Amino acid sequence: MRSQRFLGYAYLAPYLVGLVIFTAIPFLTSLYLSFTSYDLMSSPQWTGLSNYQRLFTRDRTFEKSLSVTLLYVFSTVPLKLAFALFIAAILNYKLKFINIFRTAFYVPSILGGSIAIAVLWRYLFSTEGLVNMAIATLGFGPVDWFGDPANALFTITLLRCWQFGSAMVIFLAALQSIDKSLYEAASIDGAGKVTTFIFVTLPLLTPVIFFNLVMQMVQAFQEFNGPYIITQGGPLKSTYLLPLYIYEEAFKKFNMGYASAIAWVLFAIIMVLTLVAFWSSKKWVYYAGDKRS
Amino acid sequence: MTDIHLSNTSIHTTDEAAAARRARMDLISSVIRYALLFGVGFLMLYPLIWLVGASFKTNSEIFSGAGFLPSSPTLEGYTRGWQTSTPYTFGRFFWNSFLIILPKVIGTAISCTMVAYAFARFEFPFKKVLFGSVIAVLLLPNVVTRIPQYILFRDLGWLDSFLPLWVPSALAGDAFFVFMLVQFLRSLPTDMEEAARVDGANSLQTLVYIVVPMLGPALVSVCLFQFMWTMNDFLGPLIYISSVDKYPVSLALKLSIDTTEAFEWNRILAMSVLTITPALVVFFVAQRYFIEGISAGGRKG
Repeated sequence: MRSQRFLGYAYLAPYLVGLVIFTAIPFLTSLYLSFTSYDLMSSPQWTGLSNYQRLFTRDRTFEKSLSVTLLYVFSTVPLKLAFALFIAAILNYKLKFINIFRTAFYVPSILGGSIAIAVLWRYLFSTEGLVNMAIATLGFGPVDWFGDPANALFTITLLRCWQFGSAMVIFLAALQSIDKSLYEAASIDGAGKVTTFIFVTLPLLTPVIFFNLVMQMVQAFQEFNGPYIITQGGPLKSTYLLPLYIYEEAFKKFNMGYASAIAWVLFAIIMVLTLVAFWSSKKWVYYAGDKRS
Repeated sequence: MTDIHLSNTSIHTTDEAAAARRARMDLISSVIRYALLFGVGFLMLYPLIWLVGASFKTNSEIFSGAGFLPSSPTLEGYTRGWQTSTPYTFGRFFWNSFLIILPKVIGTAISCTMVAYAFARFEFPFKKVLFGSVIAVLLLPNVVTRIPQYILFRDLGWLDSFLPLWVPSALAGDAFFVFMLVQFLRSLPTDMEEAARVDGANSLQTLVYIVVPMLGPALVSVCLFQFMWTMNDFLGPLIYISSVDKYPVSLALKLSIDTTEAFEWNRILAMSVLTITPALVVFFVAQRYFIEGISAGGRKG
């Protein structure tokens, strides 16, 4: 048994090396850099809190970018999850071709992150694009999707909601594992379909709702490809999400210190919201019989 | 289910009437469900179907109608798009993508299997803390480590090479896969491994000859997801790769939007179709592994 102590570490070695070199040290380094001014040419200059001071008091771009990011996350995540759950609930029924539908709905998730799809989106919502053609047949005038700050963010929200597939597959797997006798019991008690869904199905789904919520939120806060390709952050910075701002500060202007400070603010927001989700989960997430180990 | 229901509600209706009403409700409900699924499915997939059709259209036809079929199909988008505005053809960019993907997938599979084996089959000090770190890495936003990683790779002289894309993955950097494999391995019985050990196999032989074959389906999922994510990855190459001759397809496509005069849309759409084809083919051939991988991640998370 004694040799096993070392054996375990032998197999763990790649992870440990990676953890230290590519995660732990960079994590702490970026915190340090956020208190410095660093342009990659000369060594970092300690500037104390001045990056953060500038962020929160003088930087109008940051103010705009932060509010756009929050708007984006708080609209995209609930919309996407609600849609995923809705479709999963419809699929979770004795329907023929359920696997074909499930596959079809999953395809956008496979491709969604690719540049090709962002390019397609850029065409679809262009002034003479497919979406405006479809709107015209319904008798509405063309919408200026990318020129109007009120609409541009919505196109990116739509792109990400279009990729509801992986959240849906997780919901569907959870729905299919629900014990059928619970539905029968509810039906005997005279509960209708909607009542059953709200009082039986939803509570049993809370663990996967929680999982999807956290994963989708962490992902949404880091959205980059959509705004970078489709709208380039415009018009009037209406789609200038924080990851875009960080990218331009770090890799276009090489303000590594300032970019690190923005990254840490973004990280702090994600962490606080994740902790709130975990903390509140004790109150709303239901684990059947507490079967978790 | 229906019987139980009827025996309890037959107070003010006859059994037959109730059964008939139920059957009618079920029919209406199914019709609504199918209609919704078809409607949503059509809306979702039509842009992709249209994309394929449009890639065979002439440039002027793309903006003249929402139909799928090109009136006079042409391969111009493909032939002209393939040439690109650079000295290289798209073939070069596909080759680069392949050169990034292959070592990355192999490195991921090997390292994540080793690490999962350690977590699922060995006891060692700080195991709980270390497994906790896997979850922490899984949830840690990349945005917070990206800048120091860039500086590190610059100091190592790795910029404008594929190393920054390969090495972190080859050191089990994608915590999602470690987590997935650990969960899968924990659910497998250990008696085969114990039998092998009794027969004198050491732990490495047990891993290679017993555990890896049993991990088969999960490993396929890992490789497929890594293939897909790497194929779609844009930010990584954008930051680390600067010479056009090393561009993967994602960067090349972005370059072709930037450099194509007045948006020669049919070329761009044709190349878009080509770049999503490998992912689509792999998905349809092996979709079972994707769905299982995703569901397992959620169920056990």
